[in-house]
Amino acid sequence: MNWKRASIAVLFATPLLLLFAWGFTRDPDVIPSPLPGREAPKFTLEVFAPGEAPLSRPIGDTVRLVDLRGQVVVLNFWASWCLACGHEHATLSQTALSYAGRPVHFVGVLYNDTASNGTKWIERMGGQSYPSVTDPESRTAIDYGLYGVPETFVIDPKGRVVYKNTGAIEDAKLRRVLDSLMAANAPSQLKGGP
Amino acid sequence: MTFLGLLLGGVILAGDANPLVMEHAVLMATVSQSAQQASDSALDARTSAVAEELRCPVCQGVSIQESPSELAGQMRAVVKDQLRAGRSPDQVKAYFVSKYGEWILLEPKPRGFNLIVYALPAAVILGGLGVIVFAVRRWTRPVASPE
Repeated sequence: MNWKRASIAVLFATPLLLLFAWGFTRDPDVIPSPLPGREAPKFTLEVFAPGEAPLSRPIGDTVRLVDLRGQVVVLNFWASWCLACGHEHATLSQTALSYAGRPVHFVGVLYNDTASNGTKWIERMGGQSYPSVTDPESRTAIDYGLYGVPETFVIDPKGRVVYKNTGAIEDAKLRRVLDSLMAANAPSQLKGGP
Repeated sequence: MTFLGLLLGGVILAGDANPLVMEHAVLMATVSQSAQQASDSALDARTSAVAEELRCPVCQGVSIQESPSELAGQMRAVVKDQLRAGRSPDQVKAYFVSKYGEWILLEPKPRGFNLIVYALPAAVILGGLGVIVFAVRRWTRPVASPE
């Protein structure tokens, strides 16, 4: 065996193998975001889709993040042209309904789409339990560092982003985050639901 | 309505049709319009310079200046608005880094793990040169003639 050649091969191969090993420790679906742990960007957005009782809000009503302080906020960015948004729609709608009366507020934010397309899509999907708002010029989407849709952010009662999900969100994952937030925040710290 | 129109309208409404006053008003309006155009093109140039350094989140290795995507256009508008509001290019870039992370910069800052990006090409070139020198010396080594 040529020991000199073997050592050179090992010298070149080791860093490459270490790099691959490091790559396997990372979840390719996770897009790093600097937002979790930080204060959530404030927004003031107008309702275009009212949702359904008991979570409904009138069309034209303004949703302000500052008004939701003391509640857990689930902010879901979606669009009618987004396939994955259809996959998570039922999950989000049902989960929102199951937390009705508790200090959790779901808001859908329409991304790069028109309100009429959004309304038609909601009708086609069989309705949406919580209200959706428009985001002119995607200013809020950019403020949240959006890459695409769907993306879901969970904001704690103190107004900090605690969780970000890229792609269609799973029911169990969302409930785990919401339940841990409810457990971590004493009832006195949480304001009543919508 | 342009500033020129407003000014001329004001002069006419005031009932002052003195040709000298009219000429002065037109001159002032033209100067003001040229200054506005120069200021707009300077802002556009600064916007493009910042936009060229920011990565388009929905593209592959393209800046928001080059990308025709809707999101890139909206991000360029944010850059322009922030520059117009008096923020420096570094502050605008810092805003995008605070939202997307350092990934949003097409040229990562030369610090920490990013140093590999800067050091690796130099190391590869040096290594390649070493291999070439080694090979050339080996090939040009005089062959010992059999005695």
